[in-house]
Amino acid sequence: MDAKRYELNVQLAQMLKGGVIMDVTNVEQAKIAEEAGAVAVMALERVPADIRKDGGVARMSDPAMIAAIKKAVSIPVMAKVRIGHFVEAQIIEALKIDYIDESEVLTPADEECHIDKTKFAIPFVCGARNLGEALRRIAEGAAMIRTKGEAGTGNVVEAVRHMRTMNREIRQLVAMPVEEVTGFAKANGIPYELALKVRELGRLPVVNFAAGGIATPADAALMMQLGCDGVFVGSGIFKSATPAVRARAIVKATAYFNDPAKILEASMGLGEAMPGLEISAIPKEQLLAGRGW
Amino acid sequence: MSRAELKPPIAAGGMIGVLDLQGDVCEHLDHLGRLGVAARPVKQAEDFEGLAGLILPGGESTCLARLLQIFDIDKVIIRKFHEGVKLWGTCAGAILLAKSLTGETPHLGLIDIEVERNGFGSQLDSFASEASIPKLSQTPIPLTFIRAPKILSVGEGVDVLLRMGDFIAAAESPGVLVTIFHPELTPSLAFHRYFARKCGFRPGGEETAIDPSWDKTSWMRLARITPMDRRSAEPLAKVLPQEMDHETPEGI
Repeated sequence: MDAKRYELNVQLAQMLKGGVIMDVTNVEQAKIAEEAGAVAVMALERVPADIRKDGGVARMSDPAMIAAIKKAVSIPVMAKVRIGHFVEAQIIEALKIDYIDESEVLTPADEECHIDKTKFAIPFVCGARNLGEALRRIAEGAAMIRTKGEAGTGNVVEAVRHMRTMNREIRQLVAMPVEEVTGFAKANGIPYELALKVRELGRLPVVNFAAGGIATPADAALMMQLGCDGVFVGSGIFKSATPAVRARAIVKATAYFNDPAKILEASMGLGEAMPGLEISAIPKEQLLAGRGW
Repeated sequence: MSRAELKPPIAAGGMIGVLDLQGDVCEHLDHLGRLGVAARPVKQAEDFEGLAGLILPGGESTCLARLLQIFDIDKVIIRKFHEGVKLWGTCAGAILLAKSLTGETPHLGLIDIEVERNGFGSQLDSFASEASIPKLSQTPIPLTFIRAPKILSVGEGVDVLLRMGDFIAAAESPGVLVTIFHPELTPSLAFHRYFARKCGFRPGGEETAIDPSWDKTSWMRLARITPMDRRSAEPLAKVLPQEMDHETPEGI
């Protein structure tokens, strides 16, 4: 990926700002998402809630399914590959969709290395729990960041934790004298140049979305008010009682995240949200956010 | 660029709004700020007060169309257009403004052009280029195409500003400007200056296209994480210069 291609890839993410990216598992759901006003769809075989329930190894989806979704909608299509599985990424790139999510929701393929994303022309989005993780992914070539949250739980608490952590670390960096940056970068595993860049910009140098556990219009607006540029909704839509209605409501609440009257309007009469999970009730080895580093 | 470095507005009266539902809103506001044109994000019907022009930014046209419809903003835009407010659509914005959309029902239908969504393919087909448009700038203008649509044809009363191979990249009618590329993602202020003039502003500055102080992160000054909620009421309006003088700009 040359510098110009990387710039174009970061700029596609800029076009998605203020929008909702929805997980879909078939053509029908992709059309519902597009019709509801999603800015992109994430094509995958099972939503995180089912991956969590089924267990076993979760891999890249069948490319035929992803291709069918690509054909059915005009909005950007994203697909997930396993952390470190650069051949899955090569396959998705050859499929010519719009974005790859190197995702902790799938079972990691490499416990030492994430994908060298600079080798690809297709853009990557990666998850992060804190500033260090976000900037390491950017150093590897990610063009967009999202919080990890705890996918498939319908519980927003981890996404909030990750966003607040990033914001706190950014504020620390902005406030500190430059000679303290070296130590801060070392302690947090941050490439020094990127630490300086964040200090200058007062935010991540790429678009940052919220993801993991967002299930209601209020969750989406909460993440936006915490400073995210947009939201991913995974299981929250198609595991709810009324997916089309909920999808539209989350799109509305994300666009008008600062307008309580409009969020109220969007929150009315949505029916049952997806069943939620207490994070503390999940066995430690089944937590997804801890995958990657 | 810090607040203090922002240039004061040169034209008296009115403002240019940027439709703030989804997409690259800050990028347009940053460009307008560089020209010293008063600008603000537009989210609700009442935000249209005092606008001389409105930019429909890049984003996802299906999402924008859905939101315009749900909140009746589409009707306000059409009414304001007939009252003389000038419109400019970049990329998704151009799709929304087109009278004809290949294989689909058009949205606002305020300029007689036919547009094909996703004219080039996937993100791997996004590209950067440049072109000379003597009417706008004496130097070549950089162009950024992101999953761009194509303008296939224009009707009567619509002038082609830029044709590239088998498609039209920029066109205008007396009230509407459309570009399938994103001037707000480049250091060029030429299109923003041109649109500001169309709206009756007289932004100064040299006629060359490039603002050397722009870089690809410039928009982020309007989207910082700060101890104060960066998006609390009217954050952008405070950052950008504005002279609250509501004289009607010339030409309206």
